[in-house]
This record gives sequence, structure tokens and C-alpha cells, in this order.
Amino acid sequence: METLVNGFKTNRAFAVTSLLVLLLLAIALAAPVLAPFDPTHAEMKDAFLEPGMSHLFGTDKLGRDCFSRVLYGARASLSGVLFLVCSVFVVGTTMGVLSGYFGGKVDVVIMRISDMMISFPGMILAIAVAGIMGGSLVNAVIALTIVSWTKYARLARSLVLKVKRRDFVEAAIVNGGTPTHILWTHILPNILPMMVITAAADIGALMMELAGLSFLGFGSQPPAPEWGLMLNEGRQQLQTAPWLMFFPGLAIFITVMVFNLWGDNLRDVLDPRNDAE
Amino acid sequence: MTNKQILARLGQIVLVLLGISFITFALVMLAPGDVVRQMIAGNEDIIVSQAEIDALRKELGLDKPFFFQYLDWLGRALQGNLGFSFMAKKPVVEELLERLPGTIVLSVASLALMMVFSIPLGIYSAVKRGGWVDNLVRGFTFLGVSMPGFWVGLMLLWIFGLKLDLFPIVGGEVSLENLILPSVTLAIAMTSKYTRQVRTAILEELHQDYVVGARARGMTESHILWKEVLPNAMLPLITLLGLSLGNLLGGAAVIEMVFQWPGLGRLAIEAITYRDFQLVQGVVVWIALMYMVINLLVDLSYNYLDPRLRKAR
Repeated sequence: METLVNGFKTNRAFAVTSLLVLLLLAIALAAPVLAPFDPTHAEMKDAFLEPGMSHLFGTDKLGRDCFSRVLYGARASLSGVLFLVCSVFVVGTTMGVLSGYFGGKVDVVIMRISDMMISFPGMILAIAVAGIMGGSLVNAVIALTIVSWTKYARLARSLVLKVKRRDFVEAAIVNGGTPTHILWTHILPNILPMMVITAAADIGALMMELAGLSFLGFGSQPPAPEWGLMLNEGRQQLQTAPWLMFFPGLAIFITVMVFNLWGDNLRDVLDPRNDAE
Repeated sequence: MTNKQILARLGQIVLVLLGISFITFALVMLAPGDVVRQMIAGNEDIIVSQAEIDALRKELGLDKPFFFQYLDWLGRALQGNLGFSFMAKKPVVEELLERLPGTIVLSVASLALMMVFSIPLGIYSAVKRGGWVDNLVRGFTFLGVSMPGFWVGLMLLWIFGLKLDLFPIVGGEVSLENLILPSVTLAIAMTSKYTRQVRTAILEELHQDYVVGARARGMTESHILWKEVLPNAMLPLITLLGLSLGNLLGGAAVIEMVFQWPGLGRLAIEAITYRDFQLVQGVVVWIALMYMVINLLVDLSYNYLDPRLRKAR
């Protein structure tokens, strides 16, 4: 935490990108205040209005205001991706820590499963899982967690193995520390920074995958304003109302870019050894 | 790789395939909705009698316990029979083979495009590090990796298909004019990623002692770059290339959907949407198999490309 505050003061790029991330979160939270219209309110006589003064981003086939939907979409898309990152992070780290700390059979089983998961393309399994379970944001998150946790498990495992050999862990064991105590006070704090850096750098990519599933119809369901889903709806009106696919896509693009930049800078701040070239 | 390692890898492929097919099979069982009812009625609301459903269920062996059903499937799969697709109204294997050329053509075209751009750009920006080309390349590649592919695809479709009317927008069959937009879409994201990888790989090699040594011996910069640095830097990229090819074969699904390209990814999505589970099962196993075989071939290619391994054999 101290390093974060320090980084905020000394690393200008980190400060700026952090503010941008906060701005995105603020937009998501303040959507009800900022949005000029109800995002799900249909007004058939206003269908397919071009972007203009009254409707900044135009309207869709039901006459819903695209600008309001993009603003509200920030809520669905950001909360979705945060939920996803947390879930991948928790599942992966837990598996990796168990595997690395206890070793033996636990290790063999977890690592064999993880070998299996990385040996074929994840997206196709995610599509199958989300599709078969039925399209919903929660199912999409579960599907992407199933295919993404292995990366974190491997990283956590190798970090635990490294930390485990350090003197202070040996000392704690000799002093009769219980496994839970050693895990929580000695091992986790030492592996967390690296895990968090990885998770932060992954937000952008996971966001695109989640939006991709929604785009295919295997994530959020209508009439929810979610960017991937809006792009799907916009795709059907590419000829008559291209603005319907332009703005949600732009929103994803900007958000992913901000998170990617932030992730890079966070790494510089938390991991000074890894000097950015 | 020694013969023993190759055998171990083949064994692993078999294990993974068993695991994958079991997982998808289990998922299908857990899926909401009645598969049999779906098979008879499709996506329409037709009233089907219970007797009819029971008869078909028995005929398909769906009344047996789960594990036996899986063994049935496995037994048939080993004989090359992956079941019947009621969506395509033909055997699953036939449908898979029909979609294979489309996927291969698209994957190879986008990989080729990617290499044509990313290798020269990556080398140039590494050598002229900090110059304006390098900065420009880094800026563009950063934008490239942050853009969702399906959005890029839709934008290209809108600009070049609708506004400029240069390409067909419906797609549907494998042809050169249908191929250009989807392969460019896939290549944009990959080029961004690889240009950075090539640049990093070259920069890393340029800092090695042997480069300093070569300079000290008075070798020309171009000799060092082309004869010493490049071969070393390209080797690790081949693994990445193999992974990308594997990912393209299965993971280009979203782009295939945008352009209505007849490939395996789109087939998987259609099969899931129609709840044609025999086909879903077939596609997933088939894609997993291709992916693993490609990666094995890439690793084998190291035996020939890396002189150290060549001697060890």
C-alpha cells in the first residue's frame, strides 16, 4: 500500500493512468446521474435516430438512447470484468498455493488438470461451456474462469516454491508454526504483489474475452446494456445504423486501453526490479 | 526431442482428449432442456408425444446411465464415428471435414499477413530503438492490442464493405474476396502482438556478449544483425507462432461469425446455438486435437532448427 502511494507521488504515468481508471469507475457509478435517458426505455417513434444534439450517440431500433446505454454499459462491463478477474485470481491463486505448499498428490492432481487446460485453445471451451450452460453474465464468467485459472495457478505455485525455501519460512516451521499461520503470514504476503501485477495486466484481455462471449450471445442477455451485447445488436443494423456498433466498440477499446496502460505502470511501481525499457 | 519424449507427448494428447471429451459430455448432460425433444422439434414449438420421445431416447441409448453413454460415444469415436448432426443433417465427421479448408485458409492467410508486417517492423524498431519509427510502431501496436477484434471487423466491414463497396458483406463461402477482410482483421491484432515480441527478442539478443564480441572484432553491423542475431531471435518466436496457429484454428470463432466465414469456429457456435450436442462434442475434440498436434510438430521442428539439439540427437 505504501509503495502504491509512493508510486502515485513519484511516477507520473502511474498517477495519470490511475486517475483514468478511477474516472471510468466514477462514470460507471454515476451512470444514473449522467445518463439523459433510461437505458431500457423504448420509444418506438424515436427509432434509428442519427447521433445529434438530443441523442449524442443516436438511438437503436427500439428508440433507446445509445449514449445512456453506453454509460450504463460501463456498469455491466466493468463489474463483469472485475468479477471475472477476482474469480480467476482467487481460484488460480488458491490452486497454485495448495499445489506449491502441500506438494505430493495434491500437486500432481492440480498440475495435471492445469496441463490439460493449457494444452488446447481456451476460447473454444469457454464458448462451449457458456453456450451449453445457457447465456448469462454469470455463466460467461464461470466459463472464462475455467479456462483462465491455470495461468495463475502455475505462477502462484512457482512463487510459493521459491518462497518456501527462504530462511524465514524454515524458521517459522522450526518454531512450530501451523501451516495456516505460515501460509497467511509468511507465504501469501510475499507472493501477492506478483499475482496482483499479473491480474492487473490481464484486465484488458479478459474484458475483451468477456465482451466477445456477450457479442456471440453467450454472455449478458437483452435488454441489458452491456457493450459486447450492444455490438451484437449493432451488427444487425450495420447498414442502417452504424453508430450502434461504433460507440460501444469505442467504449470497449478505450477501457481496455486504459486498463492496459494502468497495468503496465502498476508493474513498474510494484516491481522496481523489472525496469521498463 | 528423443523418441521417448515424443511417445510421452502422444500419450499426453490421448489423455487430454479423453479429459476434454468427458468434460464436454458431462456439460451436455447438465445442460438445461431436453436434447431429444430438441432433436425432434428443432427450435420450433411442436408438440411431441412422450412415447415418441421415449422411443428416440432408447434408440440413441440416452436412457442408460451417464458413464455408459460416454463409453458408447467413445467406442464409436474410436471407430471414426462422431455421431450425426441434426443441424447439418449429415454425419459430424463429414461436416467437420467440410469446414476444415475454410479454417486452414483463413489461419494461414492471417499468419502470412502478420509475418509480412511484424518481422520487418519489429527488426527495424529494435535496431533504431528510440527513433520516430520505433515510437510510431510502439504506439500503433499498443492501440492494436487494445482493440477488440470483432469491433475492428465490423468497422472494416462497414468502411470497405458498405461505404466503399469494395468487398462483399455477406460472405458464406471460401473465396479470395471474402477472405481479405477477416484475415486483415485477425492480422491486425496479431501483428501488434508479434511486432512487440520480435522487437523485444531482437533487443535481448543485441545485448548479448557475443554481439559485443563481434563488434569488437570489427564485424559490420549488418553482418551481426542478419547472420548472428536474427537466427537466434527467431527461434523462440516459432513456438509462439505455433501457439497462434493453434489458437487461430479454434479461436477465430468470433471473427468467423462477424464475416460469416465457413470455418470450424463458426460451426462450433452454430452447433451450440442449435443445441446440436453431438456436433459440439465433435468440434471441441477435433479442435483440441489439431491444436495439440500442431504444438507437437512445432516442438519437433526444434530438432532441425536448433543446432544444439541436432548434435544431441
